[in-house]
Amino acid sequence: MLQINNLVVEIDGKRILNGLDLSVKAGEVAAIMGPNGSGKSTLSYVIAGKEDYEVLDGEIVLDGQNLLEMDPHERAAHGVFLAFQYPLEIPGVATMTFLKSVMNAQRKARGEEELTTPDFMRRVKKAAERLHIDQEMLKRALNVGFSGGEKKRMEILQMALLEPRFCILDETDSGLDIDALRVVAEGVNALRDPKRAFLVITHYQRLLNHIVPDSVHVMANGRIVRSGGKELALELEASGYAEYKEEAA
Amino acid sequence: MSAEVTPIRTAAETALIERFKAAKGELPGDGEVAKRREEAFARIEAAGLPHRRVEEWKYTDLRGLMREAAPLAPLPSAAEAAGAIAAAEAFAAVDAVRLTFVNGHFLPGASSTGGLPAGVEIVPLAEALASGHALLREMGRVAVGKDNAALALNAAFMADGAVIRVADGVPVAQPLHLRFVNTGAAPFATSPRVLVAVGEGASVTLLETHEGTAGVAYQTNTVVEIFAGAGTNVSHVRLNAEGDGALALSTLAVSLGAEALFNTLGVVTGSAAARHQLFLAFEGEGSKVSIGGATMIGGRQHADTTLVVDHAVPGCESRELFKTVVDGEATGVFQGKIIVRPDAQKTDGRMMSAALLLSETGTMNNKPELEIFADDVQCAHGATCGALDEDLLFYLMARGLPRGEAEALLVQAFLGEAIELVAHEGVREALLGRTAAWLAARAA
Ligand SMILES: Nc1ncnc2c1ncn2[C@@H]1O[C@H](COP(=O)(O)OP(=O)(O)OP(=O)(O)O)[C@@H](O)[C@H]1O
Ligand SMILES: [Mg+2]
Repeated sequence: MLQINNLVVEIDGKRILNGLDLSVKAGEVAAIMGPNGSGKSTLSYVIAGKEDYEVLDGEIVLDGQNLLEMDPHERAAHGVFLAFQYPLEIPGVATMTFLKSVMNAQRKARGEEELTTPDFMRRVKKAAERLHIDQEMLKRALNVGFSGGEKKRMEILQMALLEPRFCILDETDSGLDIDALRVVAEGVNALRDPKRAFLVITHYQRLLNHIVPDSVHVMANGRIVRSGGKELALELEASGYAEYKEEAA
Repeated sequence: MSAEVTPIRTAAETALIERFKAAKGELPGDGEVAKRREEAFARIEAAGLPHRRVEEWKYTDLRGLMREAAPLAPLPSAAEAAGAIAAAEAFAAVDAVRLTFVNGHFLPGASSTGGLPAGVEIVPLAEALASGHALLREMGRVAVGKDNAALALNAAFMADGAVIRVADGVPVAQPLHLRFVNTGAAPFATSPRVLVAVGEGASVTLLETHEGTAGVAYQTNTVVEIFAGAGTNVSHVRLNAEGDGALALSTLAVSLGAEALFNTLGVVTGSAAARHQLFLAFEGEGSKVSIGGATMIGGRQHADTTLVVDHAVPGCESRELFKTVVDGEATGVFQGKIIVRPDAQKTDGRMMSAALLLSETGTMNNKPELEIFADDVQCAHGATCGALDEDLLFYLMARGLPRGEAEALLVQAFLGEAIELVAHEGVREALLGRTAAWLAARAA
């Protein structure tokens, strides 16, 4: 489904991704772990299409299309979704207005009918209930004044509503209390599907107890330095990243 | 040694002198009114049109902008007026009592005053000037506007408009819509003035819209003066949707009695060059005002908002929120001054001007000022100017919005903060529709 080959990325002349290769199959949940600053968020931004980065080499192919040739909104319509490590507050934009605009923009880009208001309301209500998101929260400006955990849940709500086929979760577990973590994990698990893949970036095994990955990749210095099954996460939890850092040095 | 310099007059200044000489005999009113015209014009004749070395006009060089003095607009033919009125769409869907002015002339036939309650008097200004209406004595009451050139020009050339009196304690339920429509194939000048006296405890919503023919360099210089008594509640919304060739000067002067509530929002989308002035004086204690602005300009437009709020008495509150969106090579200006006089203890004044630059070639001049002479006050001002936040744009684009739509959503939210200050739902919706239309035109 997703194939990344020899991805080389710089920002302000500083090399962050260094010939990264990664392949994720349809239906797969791939976890990426790695030390702070190794380039995990950078990878997620480059997949989603953030402009600040300079891609010097490589390709990112999702279902036969090279994402690097597409604008961010086209990638979204093609099925890419990034749950941000730090979701942004958008003052003055009501959450419901935002949700409706983005859902309809994607539908329009795919040549589908716009949602009717009742259909839209029904979908939001259902997804919000599943994620224990208060109706009151939906009436506020997007993410403004939301707690860290509420923002993360709002990201998953958007993911559930947009039904993307390639989902990137960048440290969605950080800032969540134990109950919220379970709710969010259940929300993600409910979306697991043979046609959908996930890239789960995390520092902690705890999340992976709830969202059990099919593969685990270790990222260090802008490359995937080791890949394995779910047991690799446990091993990392015990041994840390020391050997990978040294390897790169 | 005499350093007296004889100013060299511009063509427009020379023409203005000629126009005044020719017109003063024809303009309505004699006695006091005529004397007033002479005095006002004498100031213009002596000082000339204000230019960039006059502090108050530093960012809006009226001498440079007014290349010619357009002839005073006559009343257009009935057919032309009817066509222009039919094309006027601002707040057309809002249920209101409408006073229509075409090229500055009050048109009773195109106005509908039937819905007004008893206790509301409306007299065309031409008539009021001719008959020496009692309210004329209040003209120019707000002292901070005294030496203002736009006000003086209007006082010299004012031909028509309206005098509106709301008696004590009368609540006017329907908004009163002052609809100014400008039409013509060649340049013309208008100087309408509206005086509104709101009696103690009365309430009224005033809507003011200005629309006009595109592609014609017409000149308008509108003055609205509101004298609101104690315990009044007055709302005012102004929309500048003038034609794209217009030079639009306007002034709103407000005096407020004690325990009064007043709010105004000025929206600017039209005209080639605009300067809107607000002069507000607190004359009684315990009053609260909200003054807002939402300006959206592009191309080579110029839009100036100049504000002076005079806290002369204790215990009043003023809130100023101005939002300016500048695209293309346009120039936005905000000059805001809050004066707190020595007696005005317990004043609470907060002024904010925020500008959004959508292009690299746009300019914003922000000049907020506080002049505080009392010690027990709470005052603050702020000014910001910047581009749209790229991180916010990316967030929206990553969710599927094309760049243009993402920008539009953020701009709408930015302006919305000021437009939301309007309490009347229909008017607010119409203004939000205007911003959406402006954004759509920009994207096209
Ligand atoms: N604008 C920038 N200019 C220079 N360096 C940057 C910029 N943005 C990111 N970096 C650097 O890129 C590197 C990778 O950052 P990134 O956020 O991708 O790491 P990460 O693996 O997500 O870390 P964490 O686990 O802390 O979230 C870091 O060293 C960071 O300082
Ligand atoms: Mg990160």
